[in-house]
Amino acid sequence: MQTNWTDEVRQASRRVRRRVLEHTLKHNGGYMSQACSSAEILATLYLKVMNLAPVDKPLRPGPFPGVPSRDNRLYATGAEFNGRALPHQDRFFLSPAHYALVLYALLIEAGRMDPSGLDDFNRDGSSVEMIGAEHSPGMEVTAGSLGQCLSQAAGIALARRINGDQGKTWVFMSDGEFQIGQTWEALQAASFHQLDRLAVYVDVNGQQCDGQVAKVMNLEPLHGRLESFGWRVLRVNGHDPEAIAAPAARATDGRPLAVLCDTDPCFGLPLLRHNAPKLHYLRFKTPDERETYRRALEVL
Amino acid sequence: METLSRVHANNLVAWAKDKPKAVVLSADLTSSCEADAFRDAYPDRFISMGVAEQNMLSFAAGLAREGFLPLVHTFAVFIYRRAYDQVAMSVAYANLPVKMFGFLPGISTPGGATHQAVEDVALMRTLPNMTVLETGDATEVESVLDVAASVPGPVYVRMLRGELPRLFPASEPLRLDQPRVLSRGRDLTILSSGLCTEEAMKAVALLKTRGVAVEHLHLSTLKPCNHPAILQALAQPKHGVLTLENHLVQGGLGSIAAEKIAEHGLGVKLYRLGLQDTFAHGASRAYLMRKYGLDALALVRAAEGALKTDLNIRAEDLAQVRIEAVSSEAKPEDL
Repeated sequence: MQTNWTDEVRQASRRVRRRVLEHTLKHNGGYMSQACSSAEILATLYLKVMNLAPVDKPLRPGPFPGVPSRDNRLYATGAEFNGRALPHQDRFFLSPAHYALVLYALLIEAGRMDPSGLDDFNRDGSSVEMIGAEHSPGMEVTAGSLGQCLSQAAGIALARRINGDQGKTWVFMSDGEFQIGQTWEALQAASFHQLDRLAVYVDVNGQQCDGQVAKVMNLEPLHGRLESFGWRVLRVNGHDPEAIAAPAARATDGRPLAVLCDTDPCFGLPLLRHNAPKLHYLRFKTPDERETYRRALEVL
Repeated sequence: METLSRVHANNLVAWAKDKPKAVVLSADLTSSCEADAFRDAYPDRFISMGVAEQNMLSFAAGLAREGFLPLVHTFAVFIYRRAYDQVAMSVAYANLPVKMFGFLPGISTPGGATHQAVEDVALMRTLPNMTVLETGDATEVESVLDVAASVPGPVYVRMLRGELPRLFPASEPLRLDQPRVLSRGRDLTILSSGLCTEEAMKAVALLKTRGVAVEHLHLSTLKPCNHPAILQALAQPKHGVLTLENHLVQGGLGSIAAEKIAEHGLGVKLYRLGLQDTFAHGASRAYLMRKYGLDALALVRAAEGALKTDLNIRAEDLAQVRIEAVSSEAKPEDL
């Protein structure tokens, strides 16, 4: 029987927003708008698009394993949540590391992380950090200094091509990262080296720390700029699972793929609009405001 | 003394022959960093990155994660100044075996302040997981690849190019954290590194003729720097320790000596020769080494100061000193 995957994506996205709001209430703050804008993109990637190796059972995150070093023999990255790195299988890289909670919540929906894993979120000594690093669930590189992930993923994609891997390398990015010089260096390198198994999904939510992207440092026309850098670019509605998934199903034309997903940073939580244009981090200013969001959670 | 040219260019090709995972990344300075012969010999393993060092360092980290051995080639300033965040977060944090070859260390170039890496050791030495090497002659340029590759993590190398002297026998390769003991004596201790060692050898030769007993160590590993011979050399002199480096005296070899002297309570006077809290400018190497006090004469004058005596050494005396390749007086197994 054909399961309706788009319904699954929508339901998973709703539950992701619920979980993120729960933790935002619990910690009296959080990256809420990122969940609103990106849940369908990440859910579509995990539930439909990416060919990740399965995990035997939902994993329980361990404590912070220390930083990588010669003496830290037990160190492991959070990539195990994305399944084993096999030549024929896909790999996933989250670039804006402050989207960590959205990813953790999504890993639960994808059956890759035990729901109890989120009990460790933002807890001292845990690997389930607020701005994740490569030890955090679902993460494989340390990307919190924005703009470095695409370069690293491009290096990995080139290495995989040399090794003859058939799997693809997927990167999730935020639109603000396209203000960073290194991003454009990486884009030109990926097209120059014809990394056509590298694909980037961008959450174009038009929001950044200082407010509206268009007012902080304009990016548009992003589509044309990316295309002029040698990328194949598609622009889709970032809340429509079918539209999000469609570009990934196309045969490669030799260029790396960028899917610009236009999103609403208040999608599913209209209450957030009261905070516009400051949507980057939700912090409750009064007990009343907090209570309003608590009631919103009940109906989300 | 033997002088060789394009040592790295030739050596890299021979070294990489049986290492299929070794790849060279270059940011538009391929010939300038003597990677052109590699590019021509192994075009499939040469990755052109354009003038885009930040991407190059993160990209190299990605290659390293997949089992490759990226050999990043560019001028030193473009590694640690232009791409420091990428070196720190993409490479060093993850302890990835990216080997960074920084050319034009210190005032070895007439390229001026923009091209002169004068604070690189200070920055790279403080990065966790990083190993820092500095080559001083042809033998070290030939053998540094083996050492860099043997370290299971990131390595930053201050690399020399062009015409190079062979100060050390080809049979005595660079070894990790093993200083070369070039002279023994208990009046003064001199620590030198990189191309300053040739200057120090000239100064030591003259000091000996004046009856000054000098312990002279050449350090090609600046991190880690734990060999007991270094501590011994710092502890023993009657009249002080002098450091001579092609770098600011802050953060490099002079600071290494200062830290050890203080931490071990050695209580010995330290004279640090190198750039004194200043950028330099574009001019010939000899001119710059004289102007900024990095040459043999500067070291002789500092030694006189430490000894509180005039040794009657003139610049012309130094010009006549001819040095030959010297074996380390300590055998590797002793060190």
